[in-house]
Amino acid sequence: MRHTASTEGLGWRIAANVALVIATALCVLPVILLFMSSITDESAIVRDGYSFFPKKFGHTAYDYLSRQGLAILRSYGVSIFVTVIGTSVGLLVESMLAYPLSRRDLPGRNVFLFIVVFTMLFNGGLVPSYLLYTQVLHFKNTIWSLIVPNLLVNGFNILMLKSFFMSSVPDSVIESARIDGVGDARMLFLIVFPLSTPVLATIALLQGIQYWNDWFNGLIFLTDPKLYSIQNLLNRILTDVQFLSSNSLGAEAAAQVSTLPSVTVRMAIAVLGLVPMLIAYPFFQKNFVKGIAMGSVKG
Amino acid sequence: MTSTSVTGGHLGRRGLRRYRSLFLLMLPGLLYLLINNYLPMFGLAIAFKDIDFAKGFFGSNWVGFKNFVYLFATSDALQITRNTILYNIVFIALNNLLAVAFAVLLNEIRSKTGLKVYQSAILIPNLISMVIVSYLVLAFLSSDTGYMNKTILPMLGKDAVSWYNEPKYWPFLLVFINAWKNVGFLTIIYYAAILGIDVEMYEAARMDGASKGKQIFSLTIPQLVPILTMMVLLFVGRIFYADFGLFYQVPLDSGSLYDATNVIDTYVYRGLMQIGDIGMSSAAGFYQSFVGFATVLAANLIVRKISPENALF
Repeated sequence: MRHTASTEGLGWRIAANVALVIATALCVLPVILLFMSSITDESAIVRDGYSFFPKKFGHTAYDYLSRQGLAILRSYGVSIFVTVIGTSVGLLVESMLAYPLSRRDLPGRNVFLFIVVFTMLFNGGLVPSYLLYTQVLHFKNTIWSLIVPNLLVNGFNILMLKSFFMSSVPDSVIESARIDGVGDARMLFLIVFPLSTPVLATIALLQGIQYWNDWFNGLIFLTDPKLYSIQNLLNRILTDVQFLSSNSLGAEAAAQVSTLPSVTVRMAIAVLGLVPMLIAYPFFQKNFVKGIAMGSVKG
Repeated sequence: MTSTSVTGGHLGRRGLRRYRSLFLLMLPGLLYLLINNYLPMFGLAIAFKDIDFAKGFFGSNWVGFKNFVYLFATSDALQITRNTILYNIVFIALNNLLAVAFAVLLNEIRSKTGLKVYQSAILIPNLISMVIVSYLVLAFLSSDTGYMNKTILPMLGKDAVSWYNEPKYWPFLLVFINAWKNVGFLTIIYYAAILGIDVEMYEAARMDGASKGKQIFSLTIPQLVPILTMMVLLFVGRIFYADFGLFYQVPLDSGSLYDATNVIDTYVYRGLMQIGDIGMSSAAGFYQSFVGFATVLAANLIVRKISPENALF
């Protein structure tokens, strides 16, 4: 009896391992292919296509990047600036809104909560939002167009912060601080923040990843390549290559194609765009799993 | 004096003053929501206008339902609605099915290292931006250098395929890419739910001689039903919204694929940014906002019936 149970358990375990090894391979192999193509010799790619086991390696792509990489360096700087400013300002503004909402005694609390929740249910969509930011607020071709529209503050984060403040900052602490004459702003920064590092870290990571990976704001608001984030630069390279290779514009196009980054260089830039995510990854994983465990990532 | 009552009831002048600093704290966030979220909602009214940039928003003429009449007279409206809804239905069904299956399998892994490796690997796609995903896809599907055409298809003795010109492959490709990107995240959510199941229930089941398979199908999966229902309803609420990057960036905006890749979000974008047909674009956006709102409300009402603590309102 016991024997059959354990062999059956073993059967499941083997099946589980096989299935998960396949899933792991499917998730990781494309990234490996990307990396391998960035260190493949350009002529080998043209001849044999992308390959996991290139017949000839080359480091011309990274050489090229280190010499000609001004546009890339610049867009990297833009991405870092946007991610850091967007995440810190967003987190600050979200917490400043979430903390009063976490206080049950706030007058009109339900109205304010509704104002936040409603933004998660209904939205005006792309057209009015685009016209507002370009025609009225004149955000087109500014760095702020990568930071402010749609990404800075979101209702989901506010509600997550609010629930955490309510459950993890004891009312008695707030009450006694108030009796000691601590004002609300100082209360938030000196008492609530230090007690809330897990949720602040989770949201900062989620928002940071969102900023680093965003390319939509750049796509609709930027025409000036100087302001491109790394994602926008990658996007632009791809569309330029597609455009020039799909239109038979003759010799002129061929000449332009030759000035575009080669396949290996493109892949190397994509690798560079991915690196910060891979660095942030262990933190993300730790916080994400923890976040789910504490129920703050609400389904 | 009850004017400083903490119950938030009737407040006098002094009571409100006491909360002034809290209101001040909320101000930047509320201002942002007003500008970024609420003003565009009123801006939806442009769907009923013939927008003329020279005259501005208020100066442009009202045209009633003209934009909608044009939109629904074309075959576009049907195509983008059909694509958006059908893709989403397949995504919801397949992704959740796979995620539950992987979560159950993950729970069978005893080795700590194995567990860590698998968990890490399946979450990676979630962190990759759609632009980089489109590079990965291109590495496989590029017609002259792609891994499919250069390595896999020749190995199978098949002819090369012009992937970016053949719409018939894209429903499968998009479903696969979407699952690739999102199943890992969902798996972790369901796995966390399985870890939360009371261990004693499994012990009791083992005492009763329940086999592994029986434990999975009559204990683990039934215990997952509440969270599964929640997640599915959450996605159903967003059934009129598509992942713009997946449908625009990954197929490289290839015109010959529009039959298979055009969804409401890409249609609105192209109308606004490429074709410059703001009337049509804003009508489609208006349609998406309101039908989307109705589905979110409906989904939330059902959630509130099943488990009130998970409802948004």
